[in-house]
Amino acid sequence: MSQLPLTELEVVYDALAEAINQVGTEQESLFLTKLVLLLANQVGNQAQVEQAIHTALLDLQ
Amino acid sequence: MYIPDNTPRHSVYYDYQIYPFRTPPELNGEAKRYPVVIVGAGPIGLVTALELASYGTPVVVISAEVQVSHGSRAIVFTRRSMEILQQVGIAERMLEKAYPWRSGNSIYRGQRVFRLEAPYDEDDRFQPLNNLQQQYVEQYLVEQAQQNPLIELRWGSKVIGVTSLLDHAEVQIDTPEGEYSLSCDWLIAADGAKSTIRQELGLRMEGASYSGRFVIADIKIDIPWPTERLAYFDPDWNRGNTILMHRQPEGIWRLDYQLPPNETPEQALAPESLHTRIQAQLDMVGISAPWELDWCSVYSARAMTLPDYVHERIIFTGDAAHMLPIFGVRGANTGFQDAQNLAWKLAMLLKGVGTPELLATYSSERVIAAREIIAEASKSTRFMTPPDRGYRLLRDAVLSLSLTQAFVRPLFHWRTSRPHDYHETPLNALNDDNGQFTAGSAQGMPLQNIRLAANDYLFDHLGAAFHLLYFTNQTVPESLLQQVAELEQQGIPLKILTIGKGQALADSDGHFAKRYDAQTGTAYLIRPDQHVCARWKNLTAEQLKAAIYRALGQGAK
Repeated sequence: MSQLPLTELEVVYDALAEAINQVGTEQESLFLTKLVLLLANQVGNQAQVEQAIHTALLDLQ
Repeated sequence: MYIPDNTPRHSVYYDYQIYPFRTPPELNGEAKRYPVVIVGAGPIGLVTALELASYGTPVVVISAEVQVSHGSRAIVFTRRSMEILQQVGIAERMLEKAYPWRSGNSIYRGQRVFRLEAPYDEDDRFQPLNNLQQQYVEQYLVEQAQQNPLIELRWGSKVIGVTSLLDHAEVQIDTPEGEYSLSCDWLIAADGAKSTIRQELGLRMEGASYSGRFVIADIKIDIPWPTERLAYFDPDWNRGNTILMHRQPEGIWRLDYQLPPNETPEQALAPESLHTRIQAQLDMVGISAPWELDWCSVYSARAMTLPDYVHERIIFTGDAAHMLPIFGVRGANTGFQDAQNLAWKLAMLLKGVGTPELLATYSSERVIAAREIIAEASKSTRFMTPPDRGYRLLRDAVLSLSLTQAFVRPLFHWRTSRPHDYHETPLNALNDDNGQFTAGSAQGMPLQNIRLAANDYLFDHLGAAFHLLYFTNQTVPESLLQQVAELEQQGIPLKILTIGKGQALADSDGHFAKRYDAQTGTAYLIRPDQHVCARWKNLTAEQLKAAIYRALGQGAK
């Protein structure tokens, strides 16, 4: 699996934070769900997406 | 004393006729044992009756009502249903009135985000979908049944109790002239989603009820649009919910819309609420024509089935056996397949050529079909009426993306009812050549129709019997003809249809043979319900005999 170089990860980090601020709490979940569907389609691999869902469920507390 | 409502129901387009109660022989002190009693004179009960009669089985049909369905109810009939209804003799009459169609549209924020054309095969007689109000279908079935001396219709007769015994069933009936009891070898419960008989037996259904409830409203209005399915998602006037529109004959349009949570059916059906919402939908789609309400009702989406349809001498069929969400036109269309599947098996058992194991496959085949339909229907239901926050978020995300992202649009697929494939049934032949064919309907599948000439199709030649489709450009081997005659002498209805140049079904251009991957000697054995149960590259008499016995349940032991 390809990985983002740190500089690019930092840009994505900022862009996502700003987008979440921009949409506001009410639309936040919808926005994030759309984002996941778009990225899932780009990944093009069911197992990788399911693994990412599983990983994101860890350590939420 | 049960007094049915003898007032013709109100409708702006349909004239209800009253079928009066008549004193049955039992109330004159006569008693006899009937082979089959069907409870319910809805579409499924009547198709079951007509199918059974086509095999020579006499039937008594009991109905608490004295007229046909209140309101249009089932309005979309699939190609497979039309093929079944052709067998019982009403398809032609339906087509004089019905609107055939094949396209479905999903609309979000004024944009058509998905369109699907149901496949249409040039060899099919019927279009994929046909819109006609249930009253007409029931009326045609009633009139067909009235002409059949084997069918006795008992109107205004309400079932108040049933007793299932090992070798027969008894049903207690209340009428305007008092109560009586009927004794029958087999009792068929076609008494609908609220089946009295199912409740009497205390049977539990498996599956899920969904919280979403829908109003169905039929309005008379002039809208100059073609017959297509229209699904509006998350409209401004009913945020988060879904509205369906279907065109029907007689200038009627069906509107389905979801109720807001916490609203009762009574509130939803209050005239003011109905008027406001219907007008809001019409305003949204830009229709300003005047309209009047014909009929309305509320339904909830359920996806449930009994795990077994045969309980000693009581057999369940249609909505009495399963309740399916109507988004994919699955109610009546599934029920017709039940009726057709049940009728030949019960008739063969009563004739003494079928086994109890054969009848048991009615339950096994149709329960598997119902579970498959429930799995499909549940997907549609989760999209149309998301049951919880997670499914709602995903659905809303898909709606939002659908305006610009093509990849999510197939998720709008509306998964219409389709016939089940009985590939796992014990009635299929064991050692035929099924796997060697490169075309044609495989074991378990419904037969593919063939257009033989203008207004002449293969299915027009199929009756209440097994059919052997035999491809040849010569003559049928004497040994095969003898075998067919021998099986017929045993009381097994079996007809041989020869296909080829100069045969009973002429295939001068070889189109039929090509679609069935057939050469001289190729044969397909078709069950009376038009599903393939065996096919051979070069059939012998011995193979035919074994396959017929197996299809009658002798191999299911």
